[in-house]
Amino acid sequence: MSDSHSAHGSVKSYVMGLILSIVLTVIPFAVVMSGALSTMAMVAVIVVTATLQILVQLIMFMHMNTKSDEGWNFLSFVFTVTILVLVVGGSLWIMHHLHLNTMIG
Amino acid sequence: MTTETLSHHDAHDHHDAGGIKVFGFWVYLMSDLVIFGSLFATYAVLMKGTAGGPTGADIFELPFILVETFLLLFSSFTYGMAVLAMNAGRIGQIKAWLGITFLLGAAFVGMEIYEFQHLIHEGFGPDRSAFLSAFFTLVGTHGLHVTFGLIWILVMLVQLHTKGLNDVTRPRILCLSLFWHFLDIVWICVFSFVYLMGVL
Repeated sequence: MSDSHSAHGSVKSYVMGLILSIVLTVIPFAVVMSGALSTMAMVAVIVVTATLQILVQLIMFMHMNTKSDEGWNFLSFVFTVTILVLVVGGSLWIMHHLHLNTMIG
Repeated sequence: MTTETLSHHDAHDHHDAGGIKVFGFWVYLMSDLVIFGSLFATYAVLMKGTAGGPTGADIFELPFILVETFLLLFSSFTYGMAVLAMNAGRIGQIKAWLGITFLLGAAFVGMEIYEFQHLIHEGFGPDRSAFLSAFFTLVGTHGLHVTFGLIWILVMLVQLHTKGLNDVTRPRILCLSLFWHFLDIVWICVFSFVYLMGVL
Protein backbone atom coordinates (compact mmCIF):
# COMPACT_ATOMS: atom_id res chain seq x y z
CA MET A 1 0.00 0.00 0.00
CA SER A 2 1.36 3.38 -0.95
CA ASP A 3 0.80 5.05 2.42
CA SER A 4 1.75 2.05 4.49
CA HIS A 5 2.99 3.95 7.52
CA SER A 6 -0.08 6.04 8.07
CA ALA A 7 -2.44 3.29 6.90
CA HIS A 8 -1.45 0.60 9.36
CA GLY A 9 -2.09 2.28 12.64
CA SER A 10 -0.11 2.57 15.81
CA VAL A 11 0.17 0.65 19.06
CA LYS A 12 -2.32 3.14 20.46
CA SER A 13 -5.02 2.44 17.87
CA TYR A 14 -4.62 -1.33 18.29
CA VAL A 15 -4.80 -1.09 22.10
CA MET A 16 -7.88 1.15 21.81
CA GLY A 17 -9.45 -1.35 19.43
CA LEU A 18 -8.68 -4.21 21.82
CA ILE A 19 -10.13 -2.46 24.88
CA LEU A 20 -13.28 -1.40 23.03
CA SER A 21 -13.69 -4.94 21.65
CA ILE A 22 -13.34 -6.47 25.15
CA VAL A 23 -15.99 -4.09 26.53
CA LEU A 24 -18.32 -4.73 23.59
CA THR A 25 -17.89 -8.51 24.10
CA VAL A 26 -18.37 -8.54 27.87
CA ILE A 27 -21.58 -6.44 27.76
CA PRO A 28 -23.73 -8.84 25.66
CA PHE A 29 -22.36 -11.96 27.45
CA ALA A 30 -23.08 -10.40 30.87
CA VAL A 31 -26.57 -9.34 29.83
CA VAL A 32 -27.49 -12.76 28.40
CA MET A 33 -25.87 -14.80 31.21
CA SER A 34 -27.56 -12.74 33.94
CA GLY A 35 -30.89 -12.83 32.09
CA ALA A 36 -31.78 -9.53 33.69
CA LEU A 37 -33.56 -7.97 30.72
CA SER A 38 -36.56 -8.93 28.60
CA THR A 39 -35.84 -11.02 25.50
CA MET A 40 -36.43 -8.09 23.14
CA ALA A 41 -34.07 -5.87 25.12
CA MET A 42 -31.39 -8.58 25.11
CA VAL A 43 -31.72 -8.99 21.33
CA ALA A 44 -31.31 -5.22 20.97
CA VAL A 45 -28.18 -5.21 23.17
CA ILE A 46 -26.65 -8.11 21.18
CA VAL A 47 -27.33 -6.46 17.80
CA VAL A 48 -26.05 -3.03 18.87
CA THR A 49 -22.85 -4.27 20.57
CA ALA A 50 -22.07 -6.65 17.67
CA THR A 51 -22.51 -3.86 15.09
CA LEU A 52 -20.31 -1.50 17.13
CA GLN A 53 -17.61 -4.12 17.61
CA ILE A 54 -17.57 -4.91 13.87
CA LEU A 55 -17.10 -1.19 13.13
CA VAL A 56 -14.36 -0.89 15.78
CA GLN A 57 -12.42 -3.80 14.27
CA LEU A 58 -12.95 -2.67 10.66
CA ILE A 59 -11.57 0.76 11.47
CA MET A 60 -8.94 0.06 14.14
CA PHE A 61 -7.66 -3.39 13.12
CA MET A 62 -8.30 -3.49 9.36
CA HIS A 63 -7.83 0.29 8.87
CA MET A 64 -10.74 0.56 6.50
CA ASN A 65 -11.40 4.11 5.37
CA THR A 66 -13.00 5.87 2.43
CA LYS A 67 -9.66 7.07 1.01
CA SER A 68 -7.29 4.12 0.43
CA ASP A 69 -7.16 2.78 -3.16
CA GLU A 70 -9.27 5.76 -4.23
CA GLY A 71 -12.19 4.49 -2.21
CA TRP A 72 -12.47 1.11 -3.99
CA ASN A 73 -11.87 -0.77 -0.73
CA PHE A 74 -14.77 0.99 0.87
CA LEU A 75 -17.00 0.84 -2.21
CA SER A 76 -16.56 -2.94 -2.59
CA PHE A 77 -17.41 -3.28 1.11
CA VAL A 78 -20.59 -1.24 0.72
CA PHE A 79 -21.55 -3.37 -2.31
CA THR A 80 -20.98 -6.58 -0.31
CA VAL A 81 -23.03 -5.33 2.63
CA THR A 82 -25.86 -4.54 0.21
CA ILE A 83 -25.72 -8.13 -1.10
CA LEU A 84 -25.66 -9.45 2.49
CA VAL A 85 -28.72 -7.43 3.46
CA LEU A 86 -30.56 -8.76 0.39
CA VAL A 87 -29.53 -12.40 0.96
CA VAL A 88 -29.97 -12.59 4.74
CA GLY A 89 -32.91 -10.20 5.06
CA GLY A 90 -34.63 -11.60 1.97
CA SER A 91 -34.24 -15.21 3.14
CA LEU A 92 -35.71 -14.45 6.56
CA TRP A 93 -38.54 -12.43 5.06
CA ILE A 94 -39.61 -14.99 2.48
CA MET A 95 -39.25 -17.97 4.82
CA HIS A 96 -41.23 -16.19 7.52
CA HIS A 97 -44.11 -15.62 5.09
CA LEU A 98 -43.87 -19.19 3.83
CA HIS A 99 -44.11 -20.37 7.41
CA LEU A 100 -47.18 -18.20 8.07
CA ASN A 101 -48.88 -19.39 4.88
CA THR A 102 -48.27 -23.09 5.43
CA MET A 103 -49.23 -23.61 9.04
CA ILE A 104 -49.43 -27.38 8.85
CA GLY A 105 -47.85 -28.69 11.97
CA MET B 1 16.64 10.01 -19.72
CA THR B 2 14.87 7.00 -21.10
CA THR B 3 16.57 4.73 -18.61
CA GLU B 4 15.65 7.00 -15.79
CA THR B 5 11.96 7.15 -16.66
CA LEU B 6 11.91 3.43 -17.27
CA SER B 7 13.52 2.57 -13.98
CA HIS B 8 11.28 5.03 -12.24
CA HIS B 9 8.31 3.48 -14.00
CA ASP B 10 9.49 0.03 -12.93
CA ALA B 11 9.86 1.06 -9.33
CA HIS B 12 6.41 2.61 -9.44
CA ASP B 13 4.89 -0.51 -10.95
CA HIS B 14 6.56 -2.68 -8.40
CA HIS B 15 5.33 -0.53 -5.59
CA ASP B 16 1.76 -0.64 -6.90
CA ALA B 17 1.90 -4.39 -7.41
CA GLY B 18 1.92 -4.89 -3.64
CA GLY B 19 -1.07 -2.58 -3.24
CA ILE B 20 -2.95 -4.32 -6.03
CA LYS B 21 -2.30 -7.72 -4.40
CA VAL B 22 -3.70 -6.50 -1.10
CA PHE B 23 -6.70 -4.93 -2.84
CA GLY B 24 -7.30 -8.14 -4.80
CA PHE B 25 -7.21 -10.07 -1.56
CA TRP B 26 -9.71 -7.62 -0.07
CA VAL B 27 -12.09 -8.37 -2.97
CA TYR B 28 -11.65 -12.11 -2.26
CA LEU B 29 -12.55 -11.46 1.39
CA MET B 30 -15.70 -9.67 0.27
CA SER B 31 -16.73 -12.75 -1.74
CA ASP B 32 -15.93 -14.91 1.29
CA LEU B 33 -18.21 -12.64 3.30
CA VAL B 34 -21.04 -13.47 0.89
CA ILE B 35 -20.40 -17.20 1.53
CA PHE B 36 -20.66 -16.62 5.27
CA GLY B 37 -23.73 -14.44 4.69
CA SER B 38 -25.53 -17.26 2.90
CA LEU B 39 -24.53 -19.72 5.65
CA PHE B 40 -25.90 -17.29 8.27
CA ALA B 41 -29.13 -16.97 6.27
CA THR B 42 -29.39 -20.77 6.07
CA TYR B 43 -28.82 -21.05 9.81
CA ALA B 44 -31.41 -18.37 10.58
CA VAL B 45 -34.00 -20.16 8.45
CA LEU B 46 -33.29 -23.65 9.88
CA MET B 47 -32.68 -22.56 13.48
CA LYS B 48 -36.11 -23.67 14.70
CA GLY B 49 -35.97 -27.01 12.87
CA THR B 50 -34.77 -29.05 15.83
CA ALA B 51 -36.78 -32.19 14.88
CA GLY B 52 -37.37 -33.06 18.53
CA GLY B 53 -33.64 -32.81 19.21
CA PRO B 54 -31.83 -30.26 21.38
CA THR B 55 -32.20 -26.50 20.91
CA GLY B 56 -29.37 -23.99 21.15
CA ALA B 57 -30.25 -23.32 24.80
CA ASP B 58 -29.76 -27.03 25.57
CA ILE B 59 -26.27 -27.39 24.10
CA PHE B 60 -24.51 -24.00 24.10
CA GLU B 61 -22.21 -23.25 27.03
CA LEU B 62 -21.59 -19.51 27.13
CA PRO B 63 -18.52 -19.42 29.44
CA PHE B 64 -16.79 -21.80 27.01
CA ILE B 65 -17.73 -19.55 24.06
CA LEU B 66 -16.51 -16.47 25.95
CA VAL B 67 -13.05 -18.03 26.33
CA GLU B 68 -13.00 -18.91 22.59
CA THR B 69 -14.01 -15.32 21.80
CA PHE B 70 -11.19 -13.85 23.86
CA LEU B 71 -8.62 -16.22 22.33
CA LEU B 72 -9.57 -15.05 18.83
CA LEU B 73 -9.81 -11.39 19.84
CA PHE B 74 -6.37 -11.39 21.44
CA SER B 75 -4.91 -13.22 18.43
CA SER B 76 -6.33 -10.46 16.20
CA PHE B 77 -4.55 -7.91 18.40
CA THR B 78 -1.23 -9.80 18.42
CA TYR B 79 -1.36 -10.03 14.61
CA GLY B 80 -1.74 -6.24 14.58
CA MET B 81 1.46 -6.06 16.65
CA ALA B 82 3.17 -8.24 14.01
CA VAL B 83 2.17 -5.74 11.29
CA LEU B 84 3.56 -2.87 13.37
CA ALA B 85 6.81 -4.83 13.81
CA MET B 86 6.87 -5.30 10.02
CA ASN B 87 6.48 -1.55 9.46
CA ALA B 88 9.41 -1.02 11.82
CA GLY B 89 11.40 -3.70 9.92
CA ARG B 90 12.01 -5.84 13.02
CA ILE B 91 11.96 -9.37 11.69
CA GLY B 92 12.57 -11.06 15.07
CA GLN B 93 9.57 -9.30 16.57
CA ILE B 94 7.36 -10.23 13.60
CA LYS B 95 8.21 -13.89 14.13
CA ALA B 96 7.51 -13.66 17.86
CA TRP B 97 4.10 -11.99 17.39
CA LEU B 98 3.19 -14.43 14.59
CA GLY B 99 4.15 -17.28 16.94
CA ILE B 100 1.87 -15.96 19.70
CA THR B 101 -0.94 -15.43 17.17
CA PHE B 102 -0.51 -19.03 16.02
CA LEU B 103 -0.74 -20.40 19.58
CA LEU B 104 -3.90 -18.38 20.35
CA GLY B 105 -5.49 -19.45 17.05
CA ALA B 106 -4.53 -23.08 17.63
CA ALA B 107 -6.08 -22.96 21.12
CA PHE B 108 -9.28 -21.61 19.54
CA VAL B 109 -9.41 -24.41 16.95
CA GLY B 110 -8.62 -26.94 19.68
CA MET B 111 -11.57 -25.75 21.77
CA GLU B 112 -13.87 -25.85 18.76
CA ILE B 113 -12.83 -29.40 17.89
CA TYR B 114 -13.46 -30.38 21.54
CA GLU B 115 -16.94 -28.77 21.39
CA PHE B 116 -17.83 -30.57 18.14
CA GLN B 117 -16.50 -33.89 19.39
CA HIS B 118 -18.45 -33.49 22.62
CA LEU B 119 -21.69 -32.74 20.73
CA ILE B 120 -21.25 -35.65 18.32
CA HIS B 121 -20.44 -37.96 21.23
CA GLU B 122 -23.70 -36.94 22.94
CA GLY B 123 -25.58 -37.88 19.76
CA PHE B 124 -26.07 -34.28 18.66
CA GLY B 125 -24.07 -34.48 15.43
CA PRO B 126 -24.94 -32.67 12.18
CA ASP B 127 -27.23 -35.58 11.20
CA ARG B 128 -29.53 -35.05 14.21
CA SER B 129 -31.59 -32.09 12.94
CA ALA B 130 -31.71 -29.26 10.39
CA PHE B 131 -30.68 -26.88 13.18
CA LEU B 132 -27.56 -28.91 13.95
CA SER B 133 -26.70 -29.37 10.24
CA ALA B 134 -26.78 -25.60 9.75
CA PHE B 135 -24.90 -25.01 13.01
CA PHE B 136 -22.06 -27.41 12.15
CA THR B 137 -21.81 -26.05 8.59
CA LEU B 138 -21.63 -22.41 9.67
CA VAL B 139 -19.33 -22.77 12.69
CA GLY B 140 -17.29 -25.50 10.96
CA THR B 141 -16.69 -23.31 7.90
CA HIS B 142 -15.38 -20.57 10.16
CA GLY B 143 -13.17 -23.06 12.04
CA LEU B 144 -11.84 -24.38 8.73
CA HIS B 145 -10.92 -20.82 7.71
CA VAL B 146 -9.05 -20.34 10.99
CA THR B 147 -7.23 -23.64 10.40
CA PHE B 148 -6.11 -22.46 6.96
CA GLY B 149 -5.03 -19.18 8.55
CA LEU B 150 -2.86 -21.19 10.97
CA ILE B 151 -1.24 -23.04 8.06
CA TRP B 152 -0.64 -19.69 6.35
CA ILE B 153 1.04 -18.32 9.52
CA LEU B 154 3.39 -21.31 9.54
CA VAL B 155 4.18 -20.75 5.85
CA MET B 156 4.90 -17.07 6.55
CA LEU B 157 7.24 -17.99 9.41
CA VAL B 158 9.17 -20.29 7.07
CA GLN B 159 9.24 -17.65 4.29
CA LEU B 160 10.43 -14.95 6.70
CA HIS B 161 13.23 -17.30 7.62
CA THR B 162 14.24 -18.19 4.05
CA LYS B 163 13.35 -15.01 2.09
CA GLY B 164 13.46 -12.36 4.79
CA LEU B 165 11.35 -9.20 4.60
CA ASN B 166 10.99 -7.94 1.01
CA ASP B 167 8.49 -6.85 -1.64
CA VAL B 168 7.27 -10.42 -1.98
CA THR B 169 6.76 -11.26 1.68
CA ARG B 170 5.40 -7.88 2.83
CA PRO B 171 2.14 -8.01 0.81
CA ARG B 172 1.66 -11.61 1.96
CA ILE B 173 1.89 -10.59 5.62
CA LEU B 174 -0.59 -7.76 4.93
CA CYS B 175 -3.02 -10.12 3.14
CA LEU B 176 -2.82 -12.58 6.04
CA SER B 177 -3.49 -9.71 8.47
CA LEU B 178 -6.68 -8.84 6.57
CA PHE B 179 -7.66 -12.54 6.55
CA TRP B 180 -7.05 -12.94 10.28
CA HIS B 181 -8.93 -9.76 11.31
CA PHE B 182 -11.73 -10.75 8.92
CA LEU B 183 -12.12 -14.11 10.69
CA ASP B 184 -12.44 -12.33 14.02
CA ILE B 185 -15.18 -10.12 12.57
CA VAL B 186 -17.06 -13.18 11.29
CA TRP B 187 -16.69 -14.69 14.77
CA ILE B 188 -18.38 -11.59 16.28
CA CYS B 189 -21.42 -12.49 14.16
CA VAL B 190 -21.15 -16.16 15.17
CA PHE B 191 -21.04 -15.60 18.92
CA SER B 192 -23.72 -12.88 18.75
CA PHE B 193 -26.26 -14.42 16.40
CA VAL B 194 -25.65 -18.14 16.91
CA TYR B 195 -24.58 -18.59 20.53
CA LEU B 196 -25.98 -15.58 22.43
CA MET B 197 -29.28 -15.44 20.54
CA GLY B 198 -29.43 -19.24 20.59
CA VAL B 199 -29.79 -19.39 24.37
CA LEU B 200 -32.41 -16.61 24.63
